[in-house]
Amino acid sequence: MRQRRQARDTRRAREFEAFVAGAAGRLLHTAALLTGEAPDDTPRARRLLSLALAHTYACWDRLRGDDPYDHARQYLATRFAHGAWHQYGAPGRPPAHPDSALAVLGPQERLILVLRLYEGIAEEQVAALLGLPRERVGTVCDRATATVLHPPRPPAPAVGGAKVAPS
Amino acid sequence: MNRPEREAAVRRIMDRTPPRVPPDLYADVVRRGARVLRRRRLLRRLVWLTLCAAAVALLVWALTARPWVEPPSQTTPPLTGW
Repeated sequence: MRQRRQARDTRRAREFEAFVAGAAGRLLHTAALLTGEAPDDTPRARRLLSLALAHTYACWDRLRGDDPYDHARQYLATRFAHGAWHQYGAPGRPPAHPDSALAVLGPQERLILVLRLYEGIAEEQVAALLGLPRERVGTVCDRATATVLHPPRPPAPAVGGAKVAPS
Repeated sequence: MNRPEREAAVRRIMDRTPPRVPPDLYADVVRRGARVLRRRRLLRRLVWLTLCAAAVALLVWALTARPWVEPPSQTTPPLTGW
């Protein structure tokens, strides 16, 4: 009994380590895009990522054929949504770093844009995940796309990563 | 620019400069995950223990108090002297 349990634990640890090795890079990129931090300094994204992966680790035996990447991504998104919508505009929360690709967007726009375009989740699934109407997801995604491609006049001269050349 | 082109352009912008994964991530994740599992196990044990204790308490109370036995009537006075 104990031996079987040990064997199961080691197999689980091996599987989970392989999963983390494969998925951590992409998930960390997603988390960094969500939090709007500069690519070389991502404390909040790391915290989000380790919370999501820890949750996946705790549920590993109950996944039973479900995609663990999907599970981790879903947890990451909902956790970020809760944090962002509860503390939106709170004084303690720093604004997006200007080096981030999505610095011009708000947290909800970043969340929807990243889920729709970077992760490629269907509009209906994003709407169900966030509890929004499907039309709203589409509208926010279109508006965020336009804002990223043609950013409004930057408030500080440091913002200029995604500027288009004048034609 | 039509929609697929715009979406591709935004994807390219987002794909720029992926962050570096910290080397101690796996250890941290396993530590946190194991803590969550330990807590869940503890909670489950506590719930089971409480349920068992409640069941035993109910049984003991029922056997001592015997609530199904009809109590002696106390409303009618005993009929005497007629």
